[in-house]
Amino acid sequence: MTDIDTSMASRPVLTAKDFASDQEPKWCPGCGDHAVLQQLKNAMPDLGIPPEQIVFISGIGCSSRLPYYMATYGVHGIHGRALPIASGLKTSRPELSVWVATGDGDALSIGGNHFIHTLRRNIDLNVILFNNEIYGLTKGQYSPTTKVGLKTVTSPSGVIDHPFNTATLTLGAGGTFFARAMDRDGKFLRTILSRAAGHKGTSLVEIYQNCPIFNNSAFQAFAGQENKDESTVYVEHGMPLVFGKFRQKGIRLDGSTPTVVDLFKGDVSEEDLWIHDEKDTFKANLLARFFDDPLTVENFLPRPFGVFYAEDRLTYEDALAAQIAAAQENGVGTLEELLKGDNSYIIK
Amino acid sequence: MSEPISSTSKFTVTPKTSVSVLFAGDSGDGMQLTGTQFANTVAVYGADLNTFPNFPSEIRAPAGTIAGVSGFQLQFGSKPVYTPGAKFDVMVAMNAAALKANLKDLHRGGIIIACTDGFDEKNLKLSGYQEGANPLEDGTLSNYIVFPVPVLQLTREALKESGLSNKEIDRCKNMFILGLLYWLYSLPIETTVDMLHAKFGKNATIAEANIRAIKGGYFFGDETEIFANLGRFDISPTKQHGTYRRVTGNEACAIGLTAAANKAGLELFLGSYPITPATEILQTLAKMKKWGVKTFQAEDEIAGVLTSIGAAYGGALAATNTSGPGLALKTEALGLAVMLELPLVVINVQRGGPSTGLPTKPEQSDLMMAMYGRHGEAPMPIVAAYSPVDCFYTTYEASRIAIEHMTPVMCLTDGYLALSSEPWEVESVGNLRDINPRFSPERKADDPPFLPYKRDERHVRPWAIPGTKGLEHRIGGLEKQHETGHVSTDPDNHELMTRLRAEKIEKIVDSIPLQTLDNGPEKGDLLILGWGSSYGAIKTAVEQALAKGLSVAHAHLRYLNPFPKNLGELMGNYKTVLIPENNYGQLVHLIRDKYLFAPVSFTKVKGLPFNEMEILEKITDLIKEH
Repeated sequence: MTDIDTSMASRPVLTAKDFASDQEPKWCPGCGDHAVLQQLKNAMPDLGIPPEQIVFISGIGCSSRLPYYMATYGVHGIHGRALPIASGLKTSRPELSVWVATGDGDALSIGGNHFIHTLRRNIDLNVILFNNEIYGLTKGQYSPTTKVGLKTVTSPSGVIDHPFNTATLTLGAGGTFFARAMDRDGKFLRTILSRAAGHKGTSLVEIYQNCPIFNNSAFQAFAGQENKDESTVYVEHGMPLVFGKFRQKGIRLDGSTPTVVDLFKGDVSEEDLWIHDEKDTFKANLLARFFDDPLTVENFLPRPFGVFYAEDRLTYEDALAAQIAAAQENGVGTLEELLKGDNSYIIK
Repeated sequence: MSEPISSTSKFTVTPKTSVSVLFAGDSGDGMQLTGTQFANTVAVYGADLNTFPNFPSEIRAPAGTIAGVSGFQLQFGSKPVYTPGAKFDVMVAMNAAALKANLKDLHRGGIIIACTDGFDEKNLKLSGYQEGANPLEDGTLSNYIVFPVPVLQLTREALKESGLSNKEIDRCKNMFILGLLYWLYSLPIETTVDMLHAKFGKNATIAEANIRAIKGGYFFGDETEIFANLGRFDISPTKQHGTYRRVTGNEACAIGLTAAANKAGLELFLGSYPITPATEILQTLAKMKKWGVKTFQAEDEIAGVLTSIGAAYGGALAATNTSGPGLALKTEALGLAVMLELPLVVINVQRGGPSTGLPTKPEQSDLMMAMYGRHGEAPMPIVAAYSPVDCFYTTYEASRIAIEHMTPVMCLTDGYLALSSEPWEVESVGNLRDINPRFSPERKADDPPFLPYKRDERHVRPWAIPGTKGLEHRIGGLEKQHETGHVSTDPDNHELMTRLRAEKIEKIVDSIPLQTLDNGPEKGDLLILGWGSSYGAIKTAVEQALAKGLSVAHAHLRYLNPFPKNLGELMGNYKTVLIPENNYGQLVHLIRDKYLFAPVSFTKVKGLPFNEMEILEKITDLIKEH
């Protein structure tokens, strides 16, 4: 195996441009994927990892073309299977920084089994899930995150499948990191990507990503200037859950029931509010349940963005490496020992 | 330690060249352990042997029923033995069901040692004998030599002062039988005694009780008069001086992969999912951590192969093991591996199919799937192991081809090889062929751009692993542009790449040996062309046919894709080519397709391997026709 020079000291300072490959992105104009790609390239130099140590792995779908546009190592795999490819690579080569680009169909439908099992194993991967609530590459069929009722080419009378909530699915599967961000919210997205990279374990970042062709404005309720302040809450560790254009609203926990309260009435102050704690698995699970559709639910809870949960748990590859180290405590096995085995006998 | 025991000489000892024994009983009777111990003793004694366990697919089938019968067959001899025996000479039947299930495979005139406690009213009823009928008493076994032995009663007698509970004492009855068989075949008891001491070190009471049961059986043979007319037998040791170990095919596969990784200087990574009869490969490798082996028990067969593809991209010797249904699930990923041109070893332990089929029974019916079972033009080299020990060499060779030719390789074994065992003279490191991975070196900024699909004279592309400066590149399942590896939908490029991928596999022929004859004349009436686990049966049958003066030869294929260069010429030296297969005729298709002549197909699809008598009969019939 090649000796790896991980020091950045001897290198020129890298910029976003150094992470752009020579291939032109082939996404539609206006696709949210362009914005995510840009933020990934922006976030990369901050990591201090040389490009040859970074690998992007993807499955199939629009967002899975991403590895071709990064000047790192990359594998464009098969539908739904980015996570096992990445898991094998990371388990074998824990020193690499391994990223996965996947979509709602790729990760949650055809790759659903790999999704839950990767999360529970807690392999140190950074998973960027582009959720556009539609199959884009195959031209507009509904996905496992499409809202009930949406008419698509495969649901001409409206979708009747109940959609997945990526946050509850991630936490339910034993994931150690979940964050949500939005394609058009560039600066925030970049912060979240850096947080994901810094988390040791499987980091799941769900990005609400607009598909202007087949599901335009799917996230308008959370992205549109007219209502986003009232329909979203940005969570930050140690800070109360406050939202609204004038930061006039808050979330209070009444027992285990979250309630929207008016901070301007005077009877409730920020001290009474739910203080976000990334380490609190119970609160993270409650937060993940904030999944109301502001367009159809009265008294809805705002949709949370930011890091919901970040748990420090031993990773799969470190646990395996420790077992191997323990087995090799009294020396690494030789080929002679292997061939002889421990049950050989001598015939005289 | 017990002192070596010797018996009185009142019995005659008859030398034999080989014997096939079946230990059969209820799945709870410990027949696998008994058979394994007998096999270890025979191996250490220095006779040649071949074993085959036969157990129900249910973990705990109802006790006393035919479905619950578990068997362990072995043949041992003072000459080389290649099969567990077409039929057995001796059957140990712990109960009525064991007798009923296996009697058809006992030689006429064979010996039955029946544990009479297993032939009570309840057992007879459970195994489906008519009310009032008892084969041990009603004369229906008059074509055999039957020894009814009250094993349970005798074991209880021998262990009455052992301090064990009745239940624990009863569990020792298989050791009584083992002792009796050691006496009958003049074998030493020390191998098993040593094992018991090692196994129960801290629990001396249990070890001593088991040893006492073995001695009880041994001395019973000596003291009772029931064997007076039969006497004892002796099979003289045949093995040369040396260090040996006994391996099953699955163990040999695991060792082969680890050895190949070690020789190539790579980490071994196995992505896998449990499936009968391939699981022991994963289990064995999971214990190989001392050699740095990484095993990954994935969530399904698909993740099993894809984690391996990921590890291969990272520069490991990556492998996956499975059986038919699992291979079906892996096929899309294997197409990806063909496209990515990464090394990958796929061990397919074939079992009866289609669908769940016969999970615990061997078959050779995945050859077509190995050859053609992927969408698109997706050629893959295929090798097949022919014996438990050969599983080591074939897996090692599959790894060499994968690494040196940057390709997934299909390595076929089957449920028979997987679970059978035979002695293996410990291989010396120096005899293992070198394996040379060719990693691309790092590049500087002013070097020309790296071309991940630029091929060498064998059409092999470079292995460029992450972490290497200047080789950053993107590959994927989309068609690659020649040399650059960029995505390409150009029609001419696709045709070129299809041809290059096919030629790359064809060119492997230059790195594999020519086909040799295993036995028989270089020209003659009949060539038997075998592959896989039918080796032992064909080998034995051809030896017998040659002894009868028939003009028959045997060649056994390890390389099924590509075929060795001289195969066509070799087959041309015989009037007839016979291809026996445990399938409905698959190799025969490949041979006919490539060499444009009509070999004779001989198939058996019963979930059972061929036996030498079937092959010999076919040889005799074919030569008669000339």
